[in-house]
Amino acid sequence: MKKMLAILVIASLALCVISCKSKPKDEDIRKEVMAALSSNSALSGLSAEVKEGVVTVSGEVADESARSAVDAQLSEIKGVKQVVNNTTVAAPPAPPTNVPEITADDALTTAVRDAIKDHPTVKAEVKEGVIIVTGEIKRAELRTLMEKLQATKPKSIDSKGLVKK
Amino acid sequence: MLQEKYKELIDAATTAGVSNLQVREQDGVLYIDGDSPSGAVKDQLWNVYNKIDPDFASGDLILNVQATADEGSKVKVVTKSSNLNIRKGPGTDQPIVGKAAHDEVITLVSKSNDQWWLVRTADGEEGYAYAQYLEPVI
Repeated sequence: MKKMLAILVIASLALCVISCKSKPKDEDIRKEVMAALSSNSALSGLSAEVKEGVVTVSGEVADESARSAVDAQLSEIKGVKQVVNNTTVAAPPAPPTNVPEITADDALTTAVRDAIKDHPTVKAEVKEGVIIVTGEIKRAELRTLMEKLQATKPKSIDSKGLVKK
Repeated sequence: MLQEKYKELIDAATTAGVSNLQVREQDGVLYIDGDSPSGAVKDQLWNVYNKIDPDFASGDLILNVQATADEGSKVKVVTKSSNLNIRKGPGTDQPIVGKAAHDEVITLVSKSNDQWWLVRTADGEEGYAYAQYLEPVI
C-alpha cells in the first residue's frame, strides 16, 4: 500500500513537472512575441511585455490594418492568454504642400517641342521653367497652342513676342 | 489678388464639377489644376480664361484642367481636321506607326505618360498619340 502511494506521488509529481514544463514561461513567450513582431515590417518597431501570459504591446503603427495584425499574429503564439493592444495609429501624412508642380527644363524643352510641332510658324524656348513663345499664329489657333503649352506644366508662359494674326 | 482676377474661372471650375481642383499662387503666377468631367467643361473654362485675359497674354495663369479618361475607355480624336499621328514612342521624334482620323473613336490603353497616351485603333494599330488631341467619349 505504501509502495502504491509512493508510485502515485511520484507519478503526479512527474505529471506536474511535464505540464509545468509544457507551459511556456513569460520570458519565453516574450521572445516569441518579439520574433513575431520583428518578422512583420509593419510591426517591427513595437515593444511588448508579458505577465502571466498576458501580452501588452505598445508603440506606433502606420495604420489600422497593422494594428489589427498585432492581435491576429500574437494571439496565435502558444501560451498567450490575452493580447492587450496599446498600440496607436500614426497620424496620417501631412497633406501635399501647396506648391505647383513645375516641369524641369530638359523635360519641358521636349514637351514644348512636341506642343508646337503642329504650329510651324511658332518658335519657343525654355528658360528656367518659363516658355518664351515667339513667331506668329492665327488667332483661331492660339487657344489650341496655349492649351498644349500650359499642359506641359511650365512656371509661366511669356507670349509677348507672339504675333497674333 | 490673382485669385480675385480669375475668380469667375475658379467659380466656373467648381460649379462644373472639376475634381481634384487645386488653385495655388506663386511668384505672380496662378496655377489651376484639376480633372474636368468632359471636354465641354474644359472648353467652357478656356472661354472664361480668354474673356478675363484676352489672348492669354498676361502670363499670370497656368490652367491645366484636363478631361479625364480612364485607361481602357474610348477616346475621340479632336484634331482640328487632320489625322492624328500614332507614334512608336512618346515624342514627335518617334516614327509614325499609324494614324487615326479626325473624330475617330479609339481605345485609350495607358496614360503612363502625361503628354502622350498609349492608344489602339479599331484596326489594332497601337502607339502613342498626343493627349491634347484626345477627349473622353461620354
